[in-house]
Amino acid sequence: MSIFATVTLSLFEGLWVTFKIFGLTLLMALPLGLIISFGSMSKFAIIKWPIKTLIWIIRGTPLMLQLIVFGFGPGLIGINGMNTFVAVMIAFVLNYACYFSEIFRGGIEGIPKGQYEAGAVLGMTKSQVFFKIILMQVVKRIIPPMSNEFLTLVKDTSLANTIMIYEITWNAKRFMNSEHILWPLFYSGVFYLAFCGILTLIFGYIEKKLDYYKG
Amino acid sequence: MSILKVENLKKSFGKTEVLKDVSFEMNEGEVVSIIGSSGSGKTTFLRCINFLEKADAGKITLGDEMIFDGSWQKSLSAKEIREKQLKFGFVFQQFNLFPQYNVLENVTLAPKLLAKEKPDFKQNKHEIYNEIEDNALSLLKQSGLLDKVSNYPCELSGGQQQRVAIARALALNPKIMLFDEPTSALDPELTNEVLRIIKSLADKDMTMIIVTHEMSFARQVSDRIIFMDNGVIAEQGKPEDIFTSPKTERLQSFLSNIIKM
Ligand SMILES: Nc1ncnc2c1ncn2[C@@H]1O[C@H](COP(=O)(O)OP(=O)(O)OP(=O)(O)O)[C@@H](O)[C@H]1O
Ligand SMILES: [Mg+2]
Repeated sequence: MSIFATVTLSLFEGLWVTFKIFGLTLLMALPLGLIISFGSMSKFAIIKWPIKTLIWIIRGTPLMLQLIVFGFGPGLIGINGMNTFVAVMIAFVLNYACYFSEIFRGGIEGIPKGQYEAGAVLGMTKSQVFFKIILMQVVKRIIPPMSNEFLTLVKDTSLANTIMIYEITWNAKRFMNSEHILWPLFYSGVFYLAFCGILTLIFGYIEKKLDYYKG
Repeated sequence: MSILKVENLKKSFGKTEVLKDVSFEMNEGEVVSIIGSSGSGKTTFLRCINFLEKADAGKITLGDEMIFDGSWQKSLSAKEIREKQLKFGFVFQQFNLFPQYNVLENVTLAPKLLAKEKPDFKQNKHEIYNEIEDNALSLLKQSGLLDKVSNYPCELSGGQQQRVAIARALALNPKIMLFDEPTSALDPELTNEVLRIIKSLADKDMTMIIVTHEMSFARQVSDRIIFMDNGVIAEQGKPEDIFTSPKTERLQSFLSNIIKM
Protein backbone atom coordinates (compact mmCIF):
# COMPACT_ATOMS: atom_id res chain seq x y z
CA MET A 1 0.00 0.00 0.00
CA SER A 2 1.30 3.44 -0.86
CA ILE A 3 2.20 5.68 2.05
CA PHE A 4 -0.52 8.12 0.95
CA ALA A 5 -3.16 5.42 1.20
CA THR A 6 -1.83 4.32 4.56
CA VAL A 7 -1.95 7.85 5.90
CA THR A 8 -5.44 8.45 4.50
CA LEU A 9 -6.74 5.28 6.03
CA SER A 10 -5.18 6.16 9.34
CA LEU A 11 -6.66 9.65 9.30
CA PHE A 12 -10.08 8.20 8.56
CA GLU A 13 -9.70 6.00 11.62
CA GLY A 14 -8.92 9.16 13.57
CA LEU A 15 -11.87 10.93 12.00
CA TRP A 16 -14.17 8.31 13.46
CA VAL A 17 -12.84 9.04 16.95
CA THR A 18 -13.16 12.76 16.31
CA PHE A 19 -16.76 12.20 15.25
CA LYS A 20 -17.42 10.26 18.43
CA ILE A 21 -16.01 13.00 20.67
CA PHE A 22 -17.88 15.66 18.72
CA GLY A 23 -21.22 13.85 18.66
CA LEU A 24 -21.19 12.63 22.24
CA THR A 25 -20.11 16.03 23.52
CA LEU A 26 -23.02 17.74 21.78
CA LEU A 27 -25.46 15.08 22.83
CA MET A 28 -24.63 15.57 26.49
CA ALA A 29 -23.40 19.15 26.68
CA LEU A 30 -26.46 20.72 25.05
CA PRO A 31 -29.01 19.50 27.61
CA LEU A 32 -26.53 19.87 30.46
CA GLY A 33 -25.81 23.42 29.27
CA LEU A 34 -29.52 24.23 29.38
CA ILE A 35 -29.72 22.92 32.94
CA ILE A 36 -26.60 24.87 33.96
CA SER A 37 -28.04 28.01 32.39
CA PHE A 38 -31.19 27.61 34.51
CA GLY A 39 -28.95 27.19 37.53
CA SER A 40 -27.01 30.33 36.74
CA MET A 41 -30.29 32.28 36.50
CA SER A 42 -31.74 30.78 39.66
CA LYS A 43 -33.33 33.02 42.26
CA PHE A 44 -31.66 30.92 44.94
CA ALA A 45 -28.15 32.04 45.80
CA ILE A 46 -27.28 28.55 46.99
CA ILE A 47 -27.79 27.23 43.46
CA LYS A 48 -26.72 30.28 41.51
CA TRP A 49 -23.31 30.97 43.03
CA PRO A 50 -21.83 27.45 42.93
CA ILE A 51 -22.93 27.24 39.28
CA LYS A 52 -21.45 30.65 38.49
CA THR A 53 -18.20 29.57 40.15
CA LEU A 54 -18.11 26.37 38.13
CA ILE A 55 -18.63 28.34 34.91
CA TRP A 56 -15.88 30.73 35.92
CA ILE A 57 -13.40 27.92 36.60
CA ILE A 58 -14.21 25.99 33.45
CA ARG A 59 -14.13 29.02 31.19
CA GLY A 60 -11.13 30.47 32.98
CA THR A 61 -8.75 27.54 32.48
CA PRO A 62 -7.47 25.88 29.31
CA LEU A 63 -9.39 22.89 28.04
CA MET A 64 -6.02 21.18 27.64
CA LEU A 65 -5.43 21.53 31.37
CA GLN A 66 -8.91 20.19 32.11
CA LEU A 67 -8.19 17.19 29.92
CA ILE A 68 -5.04 16.51 31.87
CA VAL A 69 -6.84 16.92 35.19
CA PHE A 70 -9.55 14.44 34.24
CA GLY A 71 -7.13 12.17 32.37
CA PHE A 72 -4.41 11.86 34.99
CA GLY A 73 -6.08 13.28 38.11
CA PRO A 74 -7.91 10.10 39.10
CA GLY A 75 -4.67 8.08 38.96
CA LEU A 76 -2.92 10.61 41.19
CA ILE A 77 -5.51 10.22 43.93
CA GLY A 78 -5.39 6.45 43.68
CA ILE A 79 -8.35 5.76 41.38
CA ASN A 80 -6.89 3.53 38.73
CA GLY A 81 -8.29 1.99 35.60
CA MET A 82 -10.51 4.86 34.60
CA ASN A 83 -11.05 4.70 30.88
CA THR A 84 -9.19 7.55 29.16
CA PHE A 85 -12.00 8.06 26.72
CA VAL A 86 -14.43 8.56 29.60
CA ALA A 87 -12.07 11.16 31.05
CA VAL A 88 -11.97 12.97 27.73
CA MET A 89 -15.74 12.96 27.51
CA ILE A 90 -16.13 14.35 31.03
CA ALA A 91 -13.74 17.18 30.25
CA PHE A 92 -15.33 18.01 26.91
CA VAL A 93 -18.92 17.77 28.12
CA LEU A 94 -18.28 19.90 31.19
CA ASN A 95 -16.30 22.47 29.23
CA TYR A 96 -18.80 22.81 26.41
CA ALA A 97 -21.83 22.68 28.71
CA CYS A 98 -20.47 25.75 30.50
CA TYR A 99 -19.93 27.65 27.27
CA PHE A 100 -23.33 26.58 25.94
CA SER A 101 -24.97 27.59 29.21
CA GLU A 102 -23.78 31.15 28.79
CA ILE A 103 -25.11 31.23 25.25
CA PHE A 104 -28.45 29.83 26.43
CA ARG A 105 -28.55 32.35 29.26
CA GLY A 106 -27.95 35.23 26.88
CA GLY A 107 -30.63 33.90 24.56
CA ILE A 108 -33.18 33.33 27.30
CA GLU A 109 -32.58 36.65 29.01
CA GLY A 110 -32.88 38.42 25.68
CA ILE A 111 -36.50 37.36 25.24
CA PRO A 112 -38.77 40.23 26.28
CA LYS A 113 -40.77 39.78 29.47
CA GLY A 114 -43.90 40.49 27.46
CA GLN A 115 -43.62 37.10 25.75
CA TYR A 116 -43.82 35.29 29.10
CA GLU A 117 -46.66 37.51 30.25
CA ALA A 118 -48.60 37.04 27.02
CA GLY A 119 -48.36 33.29 27.56
CA ALA A 120 -49.38 33.59 31.19
CA VAL A 121 -52.47 35.69 30.54
CA LEU A 122 -53.53 33.13 27.93
CA GLY A 123 -53.59 30.47 30.61
CA MET A 124 -50.45 28.62 29.59
CA THR A 125 -48.40 26.75 32.15
CA LYS A 126 -44.79 27.72 32.79
CA SER A 127 -43.53 24.78 30.78
CA GLN A 128 -45.91 25.46 27.90
CA VAL A 129 -44.68 29.05 27.82
CA PHE A 130 -41.09 27.85 27.73
CA PHE A 131 -41.44 25.10 25.18
CA LYS A 132 -44.12 26.60 22.92
CA ILE A 133 -43.12 30.25 22.97
CA ILE A 134 -39.69 30.95 24.37
CA LEU A 135 -37.48 28.07 23.26
CA MET A 136 -38.02 28.54 19.54
CA GLN A 137 -37.14 32.22 19.82
CA VAL A 138 -34.07 31.37 21.87
CA VAL A 139 -32.96 28.84 19.24
CA LYS A 140 -33.20 31.45 16.52
CA ARG A 141 -31.16 33.92 18.53
CA ILE A 142 -28.41 31.51 19.50
CA ILE A 143 -27.79 29.90 16.12
CA PRO A 144 -24.91 32.23 15.19
CA PRO A 145 -22.98 31.90 18.49
CA MET A 146 -23.74 28.18 18.56
CA SER A 147 -22.34 27.63 15.10
CA ASN A 148 -19.12 29.25 16.34
CA GLU A 149 -18.98 26.87 19.29
CA PHE A 150 -19.64 23.84 17.09
CA LEU A 151 -16.76 24.76 14.80
CA THR A 152 -14.48 25.36 17.77
CA LEU A 153 -15.45 21.96 19.13
CA VAL A 154 -14.44 20.26 15.88
CA LYS A 155 -10.96 21.68 16.24
CA ASP A 156 -10.79 21.27 20.01
CA THR A 157 -11.22 17.52 19.62
CA SER A 158 -7.58 17.54 18.52
CA LEU A 159 -6.59 18.38 22.11
CA ALA A 160 -7.62 14.88 23.09
CA ASN A 161 -4.39 13.57 21.58
CA THR A 162 -2.54 14.95 24.60
CA ILE A 163 -3.97 12.17 26.73
CA MET A 164 -3.57 9.44 24.17
CA ILE A 165 -6.86 9.47 22.34
CA TYR A 166 -6.26 8.39 18.78
CA GLU A 167 -8.18 11.06 16.92
CA ILE A 168 -7.15 12.69 13.63
CA THR A 169 -4.25 14.78 14.90
CA TRP A 170 -2.76 11.90 16.87
CA ASN A 171 -2.87 9.73 13.78
CA ALA A 172 -1.21 12.44 11.72
CA LYS A 173 1.51 13.06 14.29
CA ARG A 174 2.35 9.42 14.57
CA PHE A 175 3.86 9.46 11.06
CA MET A 176 6.19 12.18 12.17
CA ASN A 177 7.82 9.72 14.56
CA SER A 178 7.57 6.54 12.54
CA GLU A 179 8.19 7.81 8.99
CA HIS A 180 9.79 11.19 9.68
CA ILE A 181 7.31 12.96 7.44
CA LEU A 182 5.41 16.12 8.22
CA TRP A 183 2.84 16.31 5.43
CA PRO A 184 0.23 14.03 7.11
CA LEU A 185 -0.26 16.83 9.64
CA PHE A 186 -1.01 19.32 6.88
CA TYR A 187 -3.16 16.73 5.19
CA SER A 188 -5.15 16.32 8.42
CA GLY A 189 -6.19 19.97 8.08
CA VAL A 190 -8.24 18.93 5.05
CA PHE A 191 -10.30 16.63 7.25
CA TYR A 192 -11.07 19.42 9.72
CA LEU A 193 -11.84 21.81 6.89
CA ALA A 194 -14.27 19.40 5.29
CA PHE A 195 -15.94 18.68 8.62
CA CYS A 196 -16.34 22.39 9.38
CA GLY A 197 -17.48 23.07 5.85
CA ILE A 198 -20.34 20.63 6.20
CA LEU A 199 -21.30 22.12 9.57
CA THR A 200 -21.28 25.60 8.10
CA LEU A 201 -23.61 24.46 5.34
CA ILE A 202 -25.97 22.87 7.85
CA PHE A 203 -26.04 25.99 10.01
CA GLY A 204 -26.63 28.15 6.97
CA TYR A 205 -29.57 25.97 6.09
CA ILE A 206 -31.05 26.16 9.59
CA GLU A 207 -30.59 29.91 9.71
CA LYS A 208 -32.41 30.24 6.44
CA LYS A 209 -35.18 27.95 7.64
CA LEU A 210 -35.71 30.17 10.68
CA ASP A 211 -35.59 33.32 8.61
CA TYR A 212 -39.32 33.28 7.94
CA TYR A 213 -39.94 35.61 10.86
CA LYS A 214 -38.21 38.45 12.63
CA GLY A 215 -38.07 39.15 16.35
CA MET B 1 -75.11 42.25 39.87
CA SER B 2 -71.51 43.23 40.24
CA ILE B 3 -69.19 41.05 38.22
CA LEU B 4 -65.95 42.40 39.62
CA LYS B 5 -65.36 43.83 43.05
CA VAL B 6 -62.03 45.12 44.28
CA GLU B 7 -61.69 46.08 47.91
CA ASN B 8 -58.85 48.04 49.50
CA LEU B 9 -56.22 46.88 47.05
CA LYS B 10 -52.65 47.81 47.95
CA LYS B 11 -49.41 47.30 46.12
CA SER B 12 -45.89 48.57 46.66
CA PHE B 13 -42.70 48.06 44.72
CA GLY B 14 -40.00 48.22 47.34
CA LYS B 15 -40.62 51.49 49.16
CA THR B 16 -42.81 52.99 46.43
CA GLU B 17 -46.47 52.70 47.28
CA VAL B 18 -48.10 52.40 43.88
CA LEU B 19 -51.64 51.44 44.83
CA LYS B 20 -52.89 52.93 48.09
CA ASP B 21 -56.19 51.40 49.00
CA VAL B 22 -58.12 51.12 45.74
CA SER B 23 -61.74 49.98 45.87
CA PHE B 24 -63.84 49.51 42.80
CA GLU B 25 -66.85 47.65 41.58
CA MET B 26 -68.28 47.03 38.13
CA ASN B 27 -71.33 45.39 36.63
CA GLU B 28 -71.60 42.86 33.89
CA GLY B 29 -71.56 44.53 30.47
CA GLU B 30 -70.14 47.73 31.86
CA VAL B 31 -67.29 49.56 30.12
CA VAL B 32 -64.99 51.42 32.46
CA SER B 33 -62.11 53.57 31.28
CA ILE B 34 -59.23 54.48 33.52
CA ILE B 35 -57.46 57.75 32.90
CA GLY B 36 -54.73 59.47 34.84
CA SER B 37 -51.23 60.78 34.52
CA SER B 38 -48.18 58.65 33.96
CA GLY B 39 -47.09 56.74 37.04
CA SER B 40 -50.45 57.03 38.77
CA GLY B 41 -50.77 53.23 38.99
CA LYS B 42 -53.18 52.41 36.15
CA THR B 43 -51.12 49.59 34.69
CA THR B 44 -50.32 48.21 38.12
CA PHE B 45 -54.02 48.15 38.95
CA LEU B 46 -54.86 46.13 35.83
CA ARG B 47 -51.95 43.78 36.40
CA CYS B 48 -52.99 43.11 39.99
CA ILE B 49 -56.51 42.25 38.89
CA ASN B 50 -55.32 39.46 36.62
CA PHE B 51 -52.37 38.24 38.70
CA LEU B 52 -49.53 39.53 36.56
CA GLU B 53 -48.62 41.22 39.83
CA LYS B 54 -49.51 39.98 43.26
CA ALA B 55 -51.17 42.67 45.32
CA ASP B 56 -49.98 43.12 48.91
CA ALA B 57 -53.39 43.49 50.47
CA GLY B 58 -57.07 43.72 49.60
CA LYS B 59 -59.72 41.48 48.12
CA ILE B 60 -60.83 40.74 44.58
CA THR B 61 -64.15 39.04 43.89
CA LEU B 62 -65.20 37.85 40.46
CA GLY B 63 -68.91 37.07 40.24
CA ASP B 64 -69.50 35.24 43.49
CA GLU B 65 -66.02 33.82 43.74
CA MET B 66 -63.32 35.41 45.83
CA ILE B 67 -60.25 35.18 43.61
CA PHE B 68 -57.80 37.06 45.77
CA ASP B 69 -57.51 37.92 49.41
CA GLY B 70 -54.32 39.48 50.71
CA SER B 71 -54.93 37.90 54.10
CA TRP B 72 -54.92 34.34 52.76
CA GLN B 73 -52.24 32.38 54.57
CA LYS B 74 -51.46 30.13 51.65
CA SER B 75 -50.75 31.68 48.28
CA LEU B 76 -52.56 30.22 45.31
CA SER B 77 -51.04 27.38 43.33
CA ALA B 78 -49.87 28.02 39.78
CA LYS B 79 -52.85 26.04 38.52
CA GLU B 80 -55.33 28.10 40.50
CA ILE B 81 -53.78 31.34 39.27
CA ARG B 82 -53.99 30.06 35.72
CA GLU B 83 -57.67 29.27 36.08
CA LYS B 84 -58.36 32.73 37.42
CA GLN B 85 -56.29 34.46 34.77
CA LEU B 86 -58.41 32.76 32.14
CA LYS B 87 -61.45 34.72 33.29
CA PHE B 88 -59.71 37.83 31.98
CA GLY B 89 -58.50 38.75 28.53
CA PHE B 90 -55.50 41.03 28.64
CA VAL B 91 -54.35 43.29 25.82
CA PHE B 92 -50.90 44.81 26.14
CA GLN B 93 -49.66 48.14 24.92
CA GLN B 94 -46.89 46.33 23.02
CA PHE B 95 -49.18 43.64 21.54
CA ASN B 96 -46.77 40.83 22.51
CA LEU B 97 -47.71 38.57 19.65
CA PHE B 98 -45.64 35.41 19.29
CA PRO B 99 -43.28 36.20 16.38
CA GLN B 100 -42.68 32.61 15.27
CA TYR B 101 -46.36 31.86 14.76
CA ASN B 102 -48.60 33.19 12.03
CA VAL B 103 -51.77 35.12 12.78
CA LEU B 104 -54.04 32.11 12.96
CA GLU B 105 -51.58 30.15 15.10
CA ASN B 106 -51.25 33.10 17.47
CA VAL B 107 -54.98 32.98 18.05
CA THR B 108 -55.34 29.20 18.26
CA LEU B 109 -52.22 28.31 20.26
CA ALA B 110 -53.63 28.83 23.74
CA PRO B 111 -57.09 27.35 23.06
CA LYS B 112 -55.47 24.25 21.56
CA LEU B 113 -53.19 23.78 24.55
CA LEU B 114 -56.11 24.25 26.85
CA ALA B 115 -58.22 21.75 24.92
CA LYS B 116 -55.71 19.05 25.80
CA GLU B 117 -57.00 19.18 29.34
CA LYS B 118 -60.51 18.22 28.22
CA PRO B 119 -61.47 14.64 29.13
CA ASP B 120 -62.75 13.87 25.62
CA PHE B 121 -59.71 15.39 23.87
CA LYS B 122 -58.27 12.06 22.68
CA GLN B 123 -61.46 10.87 20.96
CA ASN B 124 -62.55 14.19 19.52
CA LYS B 125 -59.24 15.88 18.79
CA HIS B 126 -60.18 16.68 15.20
CA GLU B 127 -63.56 18.18 15.97
CA ILE B 128 -62.16 20.16 18.88
CA TYR B 129 -59.32 21.59 16.78
CA ASN B 130 -61.68 22.38 13.92
CA GLU B 131 -63.99 24.19 16.26
CA ILE B 132 -61.10 26.22 17.68
CA GLU B 133 -59.95 27.17 14.21
CA ASP B 134 -63.44 28.11 13.05
CA ASN B 135 -63.86 30.27 16.11
CA ALA B 136 -60.47 31.93 15.51
CA LEU B 137 -61.32 32.57 11.88
CA SER B 138 -64.62 34.16 12.77
CA LEU B 139 -62.89 36.42 15.32
CA LEU B 140 -60.28 37.38 12.75
CA LYS B 141 -63.01 38.05 10.24
CA GLN B 142 -64.68 40.44 12.64
CA SER B 143 -61.33 42.19 12.97
CA GLY B 144 -61.02 42.43 9.21
CA LEU B 145 -57.93 40.22 9.14
CA LEU B 146 -59.14 37.26 7.17
CA ASP B 147 -56.64 37.95 4.39
CA LYS B 148 -53.77 37.96 6.92
CA VAL B 149 -54.30 34.63 8.67
CA SER B 150 -51.11 33.09 7.34
CA ASN B 151 -48.93 36.18 7.73
CA TYR B 152 -46.40 36.53 10.53
CA PRO B 153 -46.58 39.38 13.05
CA CYS B 154 -43.49 41.05 11.56
CA GLU B 155 -45.41 41.40 8.31
CA LEU B 156 -48.28 43.35 9.90
CA SER B 157 -48.76 46.98 10.82
CA GLY B 158 -49.03 47.87 14.49
CA GLY B 159 -52.77 48.32 14.19
CA GLN B 160 -53.16 44.91 12.61
CA GLN B 161 -50.95 43.34 15.28
CA GLN B 162 -53.05 44.83 18.02
CA ARG B 163 -56.24 43.58 16.36
CA VAL B 164 -54.72 40.10 16.27
CA ALA B 165 -53.84 40.45 19.96
CA ILE B 166 -57.45 41.34 20.73
CA ALA B 167 -58.72 38.34 18.75
CA ARG B 168 -56.21 36.15 20.57
CA ALA B 169 -57.53 37.28 23.94
CA LEU B 170 -61.17 36.86 22.86
CA ALA B 171 -60.54 33.32 21.63
CA LEU B 172 -60.52 32.12 25.23
CA ASN B 173 -63.97 33.56 25.96
CA PRO B 174 -62.94 35.77 28.86
CA LYS B 175 -65.56 37.24 31.14
CA ILE B 176 -63.79 40.58 31.32
CA MET B 177 -61.41 42.23 28.87
CA LEU B 178 -58.59 44.36 30.22
CA PHE B 179 -56.84 46.80 27.90
CA ASP B 180 -53.65 48.58 28.91
CA GLU B 181 -53.25 51.55 26.60
CA PRO B 182 -54.04 49.47 23.53
CA THR B 183 -53.28 52.29 21.09
CA SER B 184 -50.36 54.04 22.75
CA ALA B 185 -47.74 52.23 20.69
CA LEU B 186 -49.52 53.00 17.43
CA ASP B 187 -49.12 55.72 14.86
CA PRO B 188 -52.09 58.09 15.10
CA GLU B 189 -53.56 56.97 11.80
CA LEU B 190 -53.69 53.36 13.05
CA THR B 191 -55.44 53.97 16.35
CA ASN B 192 -58.93 54.19 14.90
CA GLU B 193 -58.96 50.69 13.47
CA VAL B 194 -58.18 49.34 16.93
CA LEU B 195 -60.60 51.62 18.72
CA ARG B 196 -63.33 50.53 16.30
CA ILE B 197 -62.84 46.91 17.34
CA ILE B 198 -63.03 47.83 21.02
CA LYS B 199 -66.15 49.88 20.33
CA SER B 200 -67.77 46.92 18.60
CA LEU B 201 -67.06 44.81 21.69
CA ALA B 202 -68.71 47.46 23.83
CA ASP B 203 -71.74 47.32 21.56
CA LYS B 204 -71.89 43.58 22.20
CA ASP B 205 -71.96 44.23 25.95
CA MET B 206 -68.50 42.90 26.66
CA THR B 207 -67.39 43.83 30.16
CA MET B 208 -64.21 45.88 29.78
CA ILE B 209 -61.69 47.94 31.66
CA ILE B 210 -59.70 50.19 29.37
CA VAL B 211 -56.66 52.18 30.44
CA THR B 212 -56.31 54.88 27.84
CA HIS B 213 -55.02 58.30 26.97
CA GLU B 214 -57.58 58.64 24.17
CA MET B 215 -59.99 60.96 25.93
CA SER B 216 -62.55 61.34 23.19
CA PHE B 217 -62.66 57.59 22.75
CA ALA B 218 -63.04 57.06 26.49
CA ARG B 219 -65.87 59.52 26.52
CA GLN B 220 -67.61 57.86 23.63
CA VAL B 221 -67.30 54.23 24.63
CA SER B 222 -67.40 54.20 28.43
CA ASP B 223 -70.24 53.88 30.86
CA ARG B 224 -67.98 55.20 33.56
CA ILE B 225 -64.64 56.94 33.81
CA ILE B 226 -62.19 56.46 36.63
CA PHE B 227 -59.52 59.03 37.26
CA MET B 228 -56.51 57.60 39.05
CA ASP B 229 -54.07 59.87 40.74
CA ASN B 230 -51.08 58.90 42.80
CA GLY B 231 -52.27 55.40 43.59
CA VAL B 232 -55.89 56.17 44.44
CA ILE B 233 -59.13 56.60 42.56
CA ALA B 234 -59.40 60.34 42.85
CA GLU B 235 -62.67 60.72 41.03
CA GLN B 236 -65.13 58.64 39.04
CA GLY B 237 -68.40 59.13 37.27
CA LYS B 238 -70.28 59.27 34.01
CA PRO B 239 -68.20 60.46 31.06
CA GLU B 240 -70.22 63.70 30.68
CA ASP B 241 -69.70 64.62 34.31
CA ILE B 242 -66.03 63.75 34.35
CA PHE B 243 -65.19 65.69 31.22
CA THR B 244 -67.55 68.64 31.56
CA SER B 245 -67.71 69.21 35.30
CA PRO B 246 -64.73 67.64 37.04
CA LYS B 247 -65.00 68.10 40.78
CA THR B 248 -61.48 67.63 42.08
CA GLU B 249 -58.73 70.07 41.39
CA ARG B 250 -56.40 67.25 40.33
CA LEU B 251 -58.75 66.10 37.59
CA GLN B 252 -59.34 69.66 36.46
CA SER B 253 -55.64 70.27 36.03
CA PHE B 254 -55.12 66.84 34.40
CA LEU B 255 -57.82 67.57 31.83
CA SER B 256 -56.68 71.09 31.14
CA ASN B 257 -53.13 69.84 30.60
CA ILE B 258 -54.38 67.32 28.08
CA ILE B 259 -56.45 69.87 26.21
CA LYS B 260 -53.45 72.20 26.08
CA MET B 261 -51.48 69.40 24.40
N1 LIG C 1 -42.09 46.22 38.38
C1 LIG C 1 -41.93 47.43 38.96
N2 LIG C 1 -40.91 47.63 39.81
C2 LIG C 1 -40.75 48.82 40.42
N3 LIG C 1 -41.55 49.89 40.23
C3 LIG C 1 -42.57 49.75 39.40
C4 LIG C 1 -42.83 48.51 38.71
N4 LIG C 1 -43.92 48.67 37.94
C5 LIG C 1 -44.33 49.93 38.14
N5 LIG C 1 -43.54 50.59 39.00
C6 LIG C 1 -43.73 51.97 39.46
O1 LIG C 1 -45.05 52.12 39.88
C7 LIG C 1 -45.56 53.38 39.52
C8 LIG C 1 -46.86 53.22 38.78
O2 LIG C 1 -46.61 52.56 37.56
P1 LIG C 1 -47.74 52.19 36.53
O3 LIG C 1 -47.06 51.52 35.40
O4 LIG C 1 -48.82 51.45 37.21
O5 LIG C 1 -48.27 53.62 36.10
P2 LIG C 1 -49.26 53.98 34.92
O6 LIG C 1 -50.34 54.78 35.54
O7 LIG C 1 -49.65 52.80 34.15
O8 LIG C 1 -48.37 54.96 34.05
P3 LIG C 1 -48.31 55.13 32.45
O9 LIG C 1 -49.43 56.05 32.07
O10 LIG C 1 -46.98 55.78 32.23
O11 LIG C 1 -48.41 53.78 31.83
C9 LIG C 1 -44.47 54.07 38.73
O12 LIG C 1 -43.84 54.98 39.59
C10 LIG C 1 -43.54 52.96 38.34
O13 LIG C 1 -42.23 53.45 38.27
MG1 LIG D 1 -49.27 52.13 32.18
